[in-house]
Amino acid sequence: MAHDYEKSKSIALKTILLLAFITVIEVIIALLGKGYIIKGFHAPVMLIGLVMIGLSLFKAVKIIFEFMHMSYEVPAFAKSVLLPMGLLVWAVIAFMQEGNSWKERREFVNDKNKGIEEVQQEEEPKQTGSLIKELDESDFQ
Amino acid sequence: MATETATHHDTDQHDHHDQHVDMTTADWDGGAPVFKASYGKLMMWYFLLSDAFTFAGFLIAYGALRFSSPSWPVPDFVFRLFPFAGDTVLPLIFVTVMTFVLLFSSYTMVRAVQEGHRENQRGVAVWMFLTIIGGAAFLGCQAWEWATLIGKEKMTVTKNPFGTHVENGVYLNADGTNSDEVFEVGASYLMHHISHHAHGDDHGGEGDHAGGHAYEVGEEYTEAVIDDRGLIHRKYLVTSGPDQGIVKTESYGPKAFGGLFFFITGFHGFHVFSGVVFLIIIFVNVMSGLYVKRKNGYEMVEKIGLYWHFVDLVWVFVFLVFYLL
Repeated sequence: MAHDYEKSKSIALKTILLLAFITVIEVIIALLGKGYIIKGFHAPVMLIGLVMIGLSLFKAVKIIFEFMHMSYEVPAFAKSVLLPMGLLVWAVIAFMQEGNSWKERREFVNDKNKGIEEVQQEEEPKQTGSLIKELDESDFQ
Repeated sequence: MATETATHHDTDQHDHHDQHVDMTTADWDGGAPVFKASYGKLMMWYFLLSDAFTFAGFLIAYGALRFSSPSWPVPDFVFRLFPFAGDTVLPLIFVTVMTFVLLFSSYTMVRAVQEGHRENQRGVAVWMFLTIIGGAAFLGCQAWEWATLIGKEKMTVTKNPFGTHVENGVYLNADGTNSDEVFEVGASYLMHHISHHAHGDDHGGEGDHAGGHAYEVGEEYTEAVIDDRGLIHRKYLVTSGPDQGIVKTESYGPKAFGGLFFFITGFHGFHVFSGVVFLIIIFVNVMSGLYVKRKNGYEMVEKIGLYWHFVDLVWVFVFLVFYLL
């Protein structure tokens, strides 16, 4: 029992140090990718994104399996929780892609509309000036 | 003889049937815990799963809206301030500190659960106390972050003063000439409030509005327009693209940013807050010796521990999509 306690104590310490280390790495990568560390250096967004998602998932797995003791539960139970959670992560990533597609379609429609507007402007020139005359005293005499 | 055999056979089958029923319901008749875990722990896990669905809904909304916007405020520009550091640019450093605070409180929670397993009341109390401190510190950090965004930078649920330039350009001076502040496509800007415009800003160099006149709400000047909320929309000359040579005014950034930020970090903060409240209740119970009598290895501490780690787990993803990407 005492041996078990010492062992789990050291596992917890190792896990927290690993998590802290990964967090520091993530922040360094984020700042490096955006040109804060080496002036003028910008890494491809896609690559940085994938590395970051990978590292965060690794952190999540460590928290679930070590801190929340999922690795000591019955496998069927672990699956019943982890499978839906995994699908959620996929959904978040999939909807980023979906949003990007909305943007492209909107830009496509905007470009088309712009073309139509230019044609209309050529046909009827914009009215300038105002027809409303402000009345002053001389108008009533 | 024949009937006897038949009867015997019947009962035999009946017994067998009973046994069969016993085996399939054995896990559910209250005799043995399902999945070899206690009811409370199991249900805490499924509650957390349902909570994960809510957070995933928020993050899906964030991801879809962010990537469908032509531009989005750059996180390392929005979250660049640090308490007591004035206007020094420290991108993402404060939010990293917040992450460390939460990670640390997760570690102290693990230690509390471990001390609970060996029925060490004093150990549980000490580590739980540290966890409460960690949770409260995180809430304090978040309060500062919100106060800065709302009070200083004038972010609201529908108005977002952080924008991104979509053309190259140069800001105008008070006399209408070009200033030395040149920017490129993708550069971020923050529209300052008139009350802050005296202490420098984040557009790179300073040296604009040299006239030193005080801005009035709702007025238009040669180099800026002040809207009815008192935010300064600076004017700039476009130097690239189809609108080259036209003078434009800075506009608000994507509308959804403020709402998403306040609702996602607010919902997470609410979880941290309720977590702290439950931690305090269980801490009081630990001190009173309630769990000593139960002799179940401080299972209540283990359950609140699950919740607390989940809050940390969600933060990993909020940190990822909101601050890192």
